[in-house]
Amino acid sequence: MSNNHSHEHVSNTKRIWLVFALLSVVTTVEVYLGIKRPDFLYMNNFLSMNLLNWVFIILTLYKAYYIVWAFMHMEGEKGSLRWAVVATVIFLVLYLLFILLIEADYVFEVFKNSTIKWNF
Amino acid sequence: MGATVTTEKNNQNTWGGGNEPMGSSYGKLMMWFFIVSDALTFTGFLAAYGFSRFKFIDNWPIADEVFTHFPFMHGVEAPMYYVALMTFVLIFSSVTMVLAVDAGHHMQKGKVAFYMLLTIIGGLIFVGSQAWEWKNFIKGEYGAVETKGGSIIQFVDEKGERVKLEDFAIHLPGQRESLTRDKAKWFMEDEESIPTYTVAEVQAGFKAHHNLLIRTEKIYRDTPEDKANKKLQPKLNRNKHREILTRVESEIMVENAATVVEGANLKHNEYGSKLFADFFFFITGFHGFHVFSGVVINFIIFLNVVLGTYEKRKTYEMVEKVGLYWHFVDLVWVFVFTFFYLV
Repeated sequence: MSNNHSHEHVSNTKRIWLVFALLSVVTTVEVYLGIKRPDFLYMNNFLSMNLLNWVFIILTLYKAYYIVWAFMHMEGEKGSLRWAVVATVIFLVLYLLFILLIEADYVFEVFKNSTIKWNF
Repeated sequence: MGATVTTEKNNQNTWGGGNEPMGSSYGKLMMWFFIVSDALTFTGFLAAYGFSRFKFIDNWPIADEVFTHFPFMHGVEAPMYYVALMTFVLIFSSVTMVLAVDAGHHMQKGKVAFYMLLTIIGGLIFVGSQAWEWKNFIKGEYGAVETKGGSIIQFVDEKGERVKLEDFAIHLPGQRESLTRDKAKWFMEDEESIPTYTVAEVQAGFKAHHNLLIRTEKIYRDTPEDKANKKLQPKLNRNKHREILTRVESEIMVENAATVVEGANLKHNEYGSKLFADFFFFITGFHGFHVFSGVVINFIIFLNVVLGTYEKRKTYEMVEKVGLYWHFVDLVWVFVFTFFYLV
């Protein structure tokens, strides 16, 4: 059974430390940007979200990719398992976010343009 | 049955046993199932957080102003540093976990035990840090006032710097005592604990200090509409920061005060929107619970490693399975960190 596995049993300690270094660097960059909040990123928008937030989200996904692929060893799994897990989650997450965030933005507009007063 | 598929190598039925769907053992596959469902649970929570945030996009607290503490550095504004440290601790404990799994592949019992122990310690440090972060959040720093309308107003001086309640509130005579059931009716709820100052004391202090201004929940933006707003103090308002009112408007606002708020709980939040506190407690709490259960599970597996259970089984796959869970907890934190502290 276990000799069916095409992967593993070669020590990949070196790769583990490499990924750790990578994750650390990315986190440091995130924290640095979070403290500085440079104007050219923070004050410019793309798709109604500022560039800094886009940078954060992209870096987060980058980290997530390495955690799942290297640490959870998804890279060594069969394609069927990879797709079953990753595609399902990504699809449902995007779907949920799409619905909720669009709706929330709509509710915000309703509050803003109505006579409802909250700041008193 | 028609649905029998034979595999090339061992000529077995797909469902006849001895076969591993998706090339993964039963236990690992079930762990992946669990992780997928748990990931969707966290997605639900974070998406709900996003919903509330987009709904109140104009008055959501700025994390940099909320989490500013670092141990043994009292009074120093250190936004993000501590949570960054926590993130490193969790990532590092993920690394030791994966090193334990790696050592398990080579049947090195001592190494597996050592790395598992490091992972457990990392997890405990993280949970402890989270508790400390909660303590600061619950205790609050500057104090604020909640108006009759339910919004939070904070106090700043003529330079726009935050001012603590204790720095200006005037002590008025008169005794206050919280009303509990034994002093009143048996069917009522105990009154909430009393804040340090009454509304009247804060209002009197505000009147006596003419340099004080009010900062509202609303975020100022460089739009023509906000620039023309006469209620805002000139020169102090900056793009994407909270609005600071003129002294005249501030006085009107202070008259609306309903309760004094110190710190945050599920009902009040001195930092701004109440929902922020609710989501913070719920999501980081739920994540913290995952870390805690991860530590417990890791500890059980650690004991089994030390006792030599997996040595007898000739496989350290159990370590791999808890490893998957532990990495997942780390993965969730990466997202919680981004959406609560960075974005």
